[in-house]
This record gives sequence, C-alpha cells and structure tokens, in this order.
Amino acid sequence: MANLTREETLDLIQEVLEVYPEKAKKDRAKHLAVNDQSIEQSKKCITSNRKSLPGVMTVRGCAYAGSKGVVWGPIKDMIHISHGPVGCGQYSRAGRRNYYVGMTGVNTFGTMNFTSDFQEKDIVFGGDKKLAKLIDEIEGLFPLNKGITVQSECPIGLIGDDIEAVSKKKAKELDKPIVPVRCEGFRGVSQSLGHHIACDSIRDWVIGNRDGDDSFQTTPYDVAVIGDYNIGGDAWASRILLEEMGLRVVAQWAGDGTLAEIELTPKVKLNLIHCYRSMNYISRHMEEKYGIPWMEYNFFGPTKIAESLRKIAACFDETIQAGAERVIAKYEAQYAAVIAKYRPRLEGKRVMLYVGGLRPRHVIGAYEDLGMEVVGTGYEFAHNDDYDRTIKDMSDSTLLYDDVTGYEFEEFVKRIKPDLIGSGIKEKYIFQKMGIPFRQMHSWDYSGPYHGYDGFAIFARDMDMTINNPCWAKLHAPWLADQAAQSEQPALKRASA
Amino acid sequence: MPSVMIRKSDSGALLFYVAKKDMEETIATVETDTAESWGGEVELTDGSKWYVDPISPPPVFPTTLRFKRAE
Repeated sequence: MANLTREETLDLIQEVLEVYPEKAKKDRAKHLAVNDQSIEQSKKCITSNRKSLPGVMTVRGCAYAGSKGVVWGPIKDMIHISHGPVGCGQYSRAGRRNYYVGMTGVNTFGTMNFTSDFQEKDIVFGGDKKLAKLIDEIEGLFPLNKGITVQSECPIGLIGDDIEAVSKKKAKELDKPIVPVRCEGFRGVSQSLGHHIACDSIRDWVIGNRDGDDSFQTTPYDVAVIGDYNIGGDAWASRILLEEMGLRVVAQWAGDGTLAEIELTPKVKLNLIHCYRSMNYISRHMEEKYGIPWMEYNFFGPTKIAESLRKIAACFDETIQAGAERVIAKYEAQYAAVIAKYRPRLEGKRVMLYVGGLRPRHVIGAYEDLGMEVVGTGYEFAHNDDYDRTIKDMSDSTLLYDDVTGYEFEEFVKRIKPDLIGSGIKEKYIFQKMGIPFRQMHSWDYSGPYHGYDGFAIFARDMDMTINNPCWAKLHAPWLADQAAQSEQPALKRASA
Repeated sequence: MPSVMIRKSDSGALLFYVAKKDMEETIATVETDTAESWGGEVELTDGSKWYVDPISPPPVFPTTLRFKRAE
C-alpha cells in the first residue's frame, strides 16, 4: 500500500490513542509523532526517557539489564556476579550473543552465570558475608580472572547492603580490581540508566588504573572502538576495516573486550562510538579528563560505511586517508555484487523498526542501500539526543514511536502493513502469526555479523530470506485460500505480488 | 546547581551538557568571554539562562563547571 501522508499518519495516531483513558491518552500522545525533517530539536515533537504507564505492555529492561547485560557483561576476562536472587542472571545468561575468543571457564567467563543466589535469610540478615565468601570461592575456582564486578539486583539496594566496603576489602586482599556497581533494577525508567551507572563505575574504579604508567607503546594511529558489543561478531567485522585502513585498534568496548583494553583506552588518540546511547557518558569523561576526542560512526550498509570511514580518516593524516579510500575500493566489487543480487528482490519493501540503542536510526542506511524504505521507527529507551539524530535520517511524515506499547505497535502495523518488522523476541511471534515477516534486530535473529562490508552481505541475505520466504503464502489452509484472498490478508497479498 | 560539562561541537560552538538532566544545548551568548576571564550569565539557544562566576584565566574546554539558574 502507498505511504501515508502527514494527515493520515496524524489521524492514525489519534485513532490508536482513542482506547486509552483520558490521562493515559494525554501521556501517550507525547510519545508518538510524525517525522518532520524541518524540526531541529526533537523535544519539540516527541517526549522520551519517561516512566512507562502502569498497565500498558512495555518491552523495556531494567538498570541491571543495562549494566550487567550491556556494558559490563561482554568484558570477557572479568567475572560479573549477579548479586541477589538467582533469576536475574540465569534468565539473561548468554542471551545477547556477545561473541568472544577464549576458553570459557578458564580465562574467559562471558557465557557463564555467577550469582550469590539470595535466600530469605540473606534478605533478613544481609548478604555482605555471602558476597565475601563468593568472591573467595571465585578466586579459588577461577584464578585466571582479571577482576570481578558486583552487579546489584533489586534487593541489594532495598536492604542496604554495603557492597562497596566488601569490594574494597576484597580488592586489597586479592590485589585485583573489584568493582561494585549500584545498578539495582528499580533505578531509572529503563535500562538506559543502567548504562550510565555502569559507565560511571568504569570511570570511578577502572579507567584511571594506569594513569602515570607509560610502559604501553603508543602510536599516532591508536583508536578505541566503543559501544560495539560484538553481537554475532559485529566488532570483528568492524575492526578489520579500521585495521586495513592503517589504524591500530587498542580496545574494544565491550564485545570481546578485556579489562586491560579498558585500562589502556585513555592512551588512544580517538574514541570511535558506535552505540552512542550506552557509552557516550564514558567518552565524554575521557574527553574531559584525557583530552581524547570522540566521534560517532555507522557501519551498517556500504553508503554509511564509506561515509564513516572518510569521516574517521579525516581525523588523521594522508596515509590513513589514502587507506580509507583503498578499503572502500577493495570492497566495492563485493558490496556491488550483494546489491545487484538482492536489490531487485527487495526493492520498494517497507520496514518498521522498534529496537533500542542505535539501531532504529543506524540501520536505515543499510535498508536504503537495498532499495527498502523505513516507514516507522522507535526506541525502547532513547533520550532526546537520539531522536535529534533520528529525525534527519527518516523521511518526512513517517511514524516515530517512543517506548511503544504492545497494543499501539500492533495497531500501527495493522494500518501501515509493512513488508518487514525489525524488533525483539517479545514482538516476534505476535507479528509472525499476523503473517508479517519479522527479523529480530536485537540479536540479529541468531545470525550476524551485520556491521561492516562482510556483515552487509549477511544482512542482505537475511532480509531476503525472511521477506521472500514461501511460508508466508501458506498461512491459510488450502480449502480456505479463496476466502482468505477475498478478505485481503496482508500475507496473501504479499505472496501473490 | 547542576554540574555542567562544556565542550566544543564539531562546528566550534560551545555545548552545554547536563548529564543528570539528559540535556544538551548550544550556548548562544556568554556575558564575559575575553582573554582574561570566561563566565557570567550564559544564555542557551532554548532561551534558558544560567550563571557561573567568571573564571580567570578562561578554562580549557571540555571541562565541568557548577552553574546556577539565573532569572
């Protein structure tokens, strides 16, 4: 179906809001907007980073998810204790697919779950003793760990345990960094505050560890890749491009990263940020304390990659600039072939996104390279600065939704009838049952990497595999096919097209 | 009295960033911006006004300063 005009989109929002009670309607209306590229500041059109309404279905996470799951979790040679009841750690264990190299359980611990498994008595009498004992046990069983973080779950803040004191005492005893992180799940409105708390704990406990130690040999081409979590190998696909253009990647934050890399980051010349939302805090701190400039880049799709490589190269001398051109030229045949193969199959398809962090805006370029169009996008936990950046990337009169509720998202999809939805696992099966092709854009649907030129080939293949899958024509029983065709099911229309 | 980090944007303008408020604005005017000192009343592009005692010599950006609301 044709794209909606600005008036139609506004009507659609009004229509969807109709079912809410007066107060809820007023609140939700602020989070839904029609894109208007002429607006400079997003706060004039959309409200974000506010508490979700009680009673609606939100897909947000908590501060613990932001700290343990996102920022600290992927650091592979440290042990991250989920301090509190067992569930928080166990149900989120290894779900994010942050790939790493190493021998799990010996010198790397990424996919393991360490928990203090709080019982009733720990809540009543406090869990500090248990934490101290746990740290000793970890040290005995896994002596090759480089450090430990204590990721607080809700009860720790509620019962007032002093994890800082235990951490300081044990850090002295073991002579290893032990970082207490106050990321109790009830803090903040979403996982976004967890990112901030985690970045602040890195700032307070880790980043200055090697100040005054100049034994690390630096070069003028040192950079750090920040906010790339190596989902399905993303950071590796990004890293090779930077290395091929002549830069030296000193640290990966945090996918496949190590404690030593984090400690060495203050020695680099430039911080490259992929996920602005989760790690801008630490980059701002390093800019202030160490004078390291930072810049955002985007490695989704050849157009944006070339743009980003040139922008990164502009911060360095001619050798790097020539290197960037060389890299772009080297991969040109490869990505041209990918576009030639998949563009005819995907041209004109319309996509709706609802993810977190950076993807609702970063992947738009990759879809456009394949001739697809993003007609609606939204973030789970963005702040205004994310929407500032999104407005420019989206076309006029497309739909923006912040912290969209399950009901709103379904209603939008029913009207807009996109050819593909990119969102998370909680949305996946609802939309597949509605007959709409779906990709999980949090974990790349168990595929990946999607970053870099190598990732683009996989991205294009996956989108084609999903949209043009013959299963979408089989959603109705053969003896009901005639009936279904008449009732204009979106799935069947797509299959016959 | 929020802590404000002031940094230069790519275009050279000064940005006024309050982490706790999740607010980043461009500074429109600064009362005192000379070779000797920097500060006084600062007006942002959104119209709000903030005050910091003039600092001498001018600080090197990026830096964190404590601002007060000026009305």
